[in-house]
Amino acid sequence: MNFLYSAYAATWIIHISYLAFLLRRYIRLRNKIQEFNQK
Amino acid sequence: MIRRAFPILGVLTAVLLSYGLYEALIGAPTEQTMGDVQRIFYYHVPSAWTAFLLFTINFVASVAYLIRRNIKADIIALVTAEVGVVFCTVVLVTGPIWARPVWGIWWTWDVRLTSTLVLWLIYVSYLMLRRFSSSGQTPLMAAVLAVFGALDVPLVYFSIWFFRTQHPQPVIGGEGSIDPKMMQVVLINWAAFLCFAGLVCWSRYRLEVVQREVEETEALEALLDSGGAR
Repeated sequence: MNFLYSAYAATWIIHISYLAFLLRRYIRLRNKIQEFNQK
Repeated sequence: MIRRAFPILGVLTAVLLSYGLYEALIGAPTEQTMGDVQRIFYYHVPSAWTAFLLFTINFVASVAYLIRRNIKADIIALVTAEVGVVFCTVVLVTGPIWARPVWGIWWTWDVRLTSTLVLWLIYVSYLMLRRFSSSGQTPLMAAVLAVFGALDVPLVYFSIWFFRTQHPQPVIGGEGSIDPKMMQVVLINWAAFLCFAGLVCWSRYRLEVVQREVEETEALEALLDSGGAR
């Protein structure tokens, strides 16, 4: 059962890590746009 | 219309993923030989099919870019490669976790496993090319690499038909066959992963479009600044 849960956990860790990476890029881009608007 | 479709797809994805997880862990019958560890199959196989589909879309978009130099096709190629690599990573991680209790080894260099690893490496190199090359020809070079990379997709899929391998036979076609209930759970999870991949690709596409607009504005501003300085 440990292998089963490890595989399912690994799947979601990979997907959530990618989503976190996208979120970080989105926040960086949003900050850049705000800087542009303030100029 | 499109703005409304996104939350609808989001809800559908959440429902399908939850139902798929329930069916995979509880609803599906326990396999007689492997026991519960066989349930890894319900994430491993749909992830592989999703990765193959994304790499195929990447191939089509790359060909479209090579023919028409269409920016949208280039962005679609980039997005599908990135999300495809994520799903291929899931396949490469869940496979060995399943193999260890069943085969007694984490990894073996047989055709199926090796060609999958090569496929992953090709698309990681594709993403690295796109990330680190500053040449104006980067989309063109990436499209050419993607066309050659896509040749590995059928090789991975059909490797278990044409070569003797440690890997089990295909679920659809070939000599392998599974319980109809198991097949149903695989298809539910595949539908869930397709919706999830669609959502992620959609978000990533929007992000890339805005990012390119910002970069163009930055470049234009730098050009105007340098013009003003003269």
